[in-house]
Amino acid sequence: MTTKLMGEPVRRREDLRLITGRGRYTDDIGHGALAAAFVRSPYAHARITGIDVDAALDVDGVVAIYTYEDLVGPMAEPLPVLIPHPQLTAPRTGYPLARDVVQHVGEAVVMVVATDRYVAEDVCDRIAVAYEELPVVVGVDAAREAVHAVHEDVPDNVAARHHQETGDVEAALAASTHTLSFTQYIERSACMPMEGKGVHAVWNRDDSSLRVHTSTQASTSVRAAIAAKLQLSLEKVEVVAPDVGGGFGVKIVHPWPEELLVPMAAIALGQPVHWAEDRREHFISSAHERQQRQEITVGYDDGGRVTALDVRGWHDNGAYTPYGIIVPIVTATQLVGPYAIPVYRVRIDSVYTNTVIVTPYRGAGRPQGCYAMERTMDRIAQDLGLDRAEVRRRNLIGKDEFPYDHHLTFQDGRPVIYDSGDYEGLLDKLIALVGWDRAEERRAEAASRGKQLGIGMAMYVEGTGPGPYEGGHVQVLGSGKVLVSTGLTSQGQGHETAFAQIVAHELGVPIEDVEVTTGDTRRFGYAVGTFASRAAVMSGNAIALAARGVRAKALRIAAEVLEADVDDLEIDEGVVQVKGTPGTAIPLRTVAVLSNPLRYAFDEAARQATQFAGPGDDSKPPVAVGDAPGLEHVDYYSPIRSTFASGAHAAVVEIDPTTWEIEVVDYAVVHDCGNIVNPMIVEGQVHGGVAQGVGGALYERMAYDADGQLQNASFMDFLMPYASEVPDVVIDHQETPSPLNPLGLKGAGEAGVIPGTACIASAIEDAVGRRIAAMPISPTELYDLVRSPDAERVPAATTGVPA
Amino acid sequence: MSVSTERTISVTVNGVSRETTVPVRRLLSDALRHDLQLTGTHVGCEHGVCGACTVLVDGTPVRSCLVLAVQVDGKAVTTVEGLARDDGRGGEVLHPVQEAFRECHALQCGFCTPGFLMTMAAGLEARDRTTDITEDEVDEIVGGNLCRCTGYANIKKACRHAAGLMKDGDGA
Repeated sequence: MTTKLMGEPVRRREDLRLITGRGRYTDDIGHGALAAAFVRSPYAHARITGIDVDAALDVDGVVAIYTYEDLVGPMAEPLPVLIPHPQLTAPRTGYPLARDVVQHVGEAVVMVVATDRYVAEDVCDRIAVAYEELPVVVGVDAAREAVHAVHEDVPDNVAARHHQETGDVEAALAASTHTLSFTQYIERSACMPMEGKGVHAVWNRDDSSLRVHTSTQASTSVRAAIAAKLQLSLEKVEVVAPDVGGGFGVKIVHPWPEELLVPMAAIALGQPVHWAEDRREHFISSAHERQQRQEITVGYDDGGRVTALDVRGWHDNGAYTPYGIIVPIVTATQLVGPYAIPVYRVRIDSVYTNTVIVTPYRGAGRPQGCYAMERTMDRIAQDLGLDRAEVRRRNLIGKDEFPYDHHLTFQDGRPVIYDSGDYEGLLDKLIALVGWDRAEERRAEAASRGKQLGIGMAMYVEGTGPGPYEGGHVQVLGSGKVLVSTGLTSQGQGHETAFAQIVAHELGVPIEDVEVTTGDTRRFGYAVGTFASRAAVMSGNAIALAARGVRAKALRIAAEVLEADVDDLEIDEGVVQVKGTPGTAIPLRTVAVLSNPLRYAFDEAARQATQFAGPGDDSKPPVAVGDAPGLEHVDYYSPIRSTFASGAHAAVVEIDPTTWEIEVVDYAVVHDCGNIVNPMIVEGQVHGGVAQGVGGALYERMAYDADGQLQNASFMDFLMPYASEVPDVVIDHQETPSPLNPLGLKGAGEAGVIPGTACIASAIEDAVGRRIAAMPISPTELYDLVRSPDAERVPAATTGVPA
Repeated sequence: MSVSTERTISVTVNGVSRETTVPVRRLLSDALRHDLQLTGTHVGCEHGVCGACTVLVDGTPVRSCLVLAVQVDGKAVTTVEGLARDDGRGGEVLHPVQEAFRECHALQCGFCTPGFLMTMAAGLEARDRTTDITEDEVDEIVGGNLCRCTGYANIKKACRHAAGLMKDGDGA
């Protein structure tokens, strides 16, 4: 049967338009619109003392110039704190256009609207903004020292103190046979989708309605934000996420200033207005992630079993906290990974710096947590002379211990209770896949070629699919076409394909008949958004429930027509039939026509349906009480809590002791995201995640100088991996279905990136015998480390030998 | 005040002669996207680094964000919209690289894809098609463009697959 498509590598339905140049990204829409451009702060911290636009007014083609003074009502108020938290005691957000003080290079100060972007940039060049420079805070250590304050009224630079503990960690550490402590750093990187942000707004004067296309991960929330900030009625605002050229987290933040300002200008000017972010703008005015300082103390017994873990962290949240403290909370709660940690305490201060805001980037705090936990496991192994895999094994949560309660509170406010998993199974598969037990042979072979070889591993558990909900709508038309929509957005994950597979499977229709729309508020008004590896879990299950609702109604109608029992019916290839009696059947499209008692014979389907229509019962209304016309159903999936995916990665690196170039020669992934809808798509997500993990471990960093200038704000200087930097990835799957949702799914989007930094750091340390305590690491830094007499030497460990 | 003068240029775009008047400072990428409304060519970095904007000028891959529109006066430009062939019946026959990208799941968000397709099409058409493609050739063809979604594994796979299709004489 072609309709049973769950788990099949179905080719993507998105692809044809994208490979022929017929995709529609935000910047492809709205030919002839006015163009917006922005004057952005060149200083990291300064007071605006004057804005002179006189010279700009002479430019041919200038249409409008806006500063903070032009903002009225809610637009003149600070941008929202999207996710408040009781521990976020000093939240701060900026204004759509800076008011008085700028807090990072790139903050928008003036918006220009002109006939085209070239002219708009000319206008920007002629606007003179006078600044009085203020002291600049860059980096977590400077923020902690708080010699200067980012925000005048937050003198200690601390936005939040996040704190969770599961017992008396100090007593547990005191009672531990062994303890060790260390400090490590992880640098900033960023999502860097190939398409920057973009906004296109059209105001319809005739019916006072606004249509906005924006490159967002959360169109329904952008809609609500625009309505609130521009004081429009919600039903007069529609927001569409068209084709989106990658997101990876940065486009979940909303409303971006431009998402408010561009519609504001479109309304004021009565003309379509368009803005496409350029790459430099993306570097200096979107969002970054990752930077943390971590101080870790662990207690353990002679066998390497952890008895207590105490983590003190400092998280750089940049200049503002519009997205709350999601990233440090995720670090804090996901840090424990697949391990049973008897007593755990975590305290992370989220601190302000005069840099671009920090909001989730694929992994969203998990890579940092994994880096903390996994490097701790490595150190325990080194201290006791045990194999690193064996120490991990001894600490794993057992297969029979699910549901496993960590007694922590997750990002969604719900308990961290792992739903299912088999972590020892992951480890066994990883050891086999990467050839862990052959590491010493390989080390010797590499040495014979003059290379230093090292191997490292890292495991993780990833809370995926957090609520509160997503919805799905499924409708069968008289043509047989099945329309599916969900409010959740897409940025390349193949949702049109995966959701169509789910509907084809649940409803028993050919996938060719299914059309999926995502992220368009005209089609579905309630949604949360695409983040936290939640699309398949949340919208996938909501759509499955909606399809089941349609199926139930179709069977009920067909049972009446065919005079059969509902339980005797099945739907296959779009035909409802009595099981085992193929002749007794009715096409689903005909059922769709019959579902609506108003049946004007506009088309053949309606005419045909009349032959099935019964005489009708004059004692009952044509639409029964509680029923509705049409073969459609809306349903929502709202989980009790997140589901927990897991995995294990290993990296083999070779280092050239002349150039200190680090090459990842092998990369192995064992991945468990529960039941899989489309293995081709899941593997694609893993490949992409691993590439970002390698980038974060070896190449990508935001090079801020002490003045808060981002020195590498272009693709020429910010090094993202090309094909030459990404190793071949071998993947093995394990499937432990989630018991929490109807399809047994767990999220798969972010996993690939999570253990990259941890396992590559471990591999490099294994290769060179020097402590790696700051990531990413460049060949130059490695060279300096190996030559430094102060570098901590790491005892040579034998890998792959059972202790 | 106008900072630019305009010039009328004649360009053959995807086999069709076009005449358009552009400011002399207009980038080829902007002229294609905004003046000719061929929005399949994407701009990812404006610095010639990412390759998303790659088009063919007289058959050679060129980063259209680093070329002025006036520089292609009198030349032939091929964009992703011109990669598939007309099948003579109102439909189209995809280029082998397009077929391969779809077959091998070599794209996710699709934003970098046009640049990869144009680079790969030119690279595979220029090579000796009687021989099997080598890994070095694949690395050379794929190695100059950035993709943030796929991790490149499936793009390399698509390159091998397309080379095979073109070797079999099935291609353009």
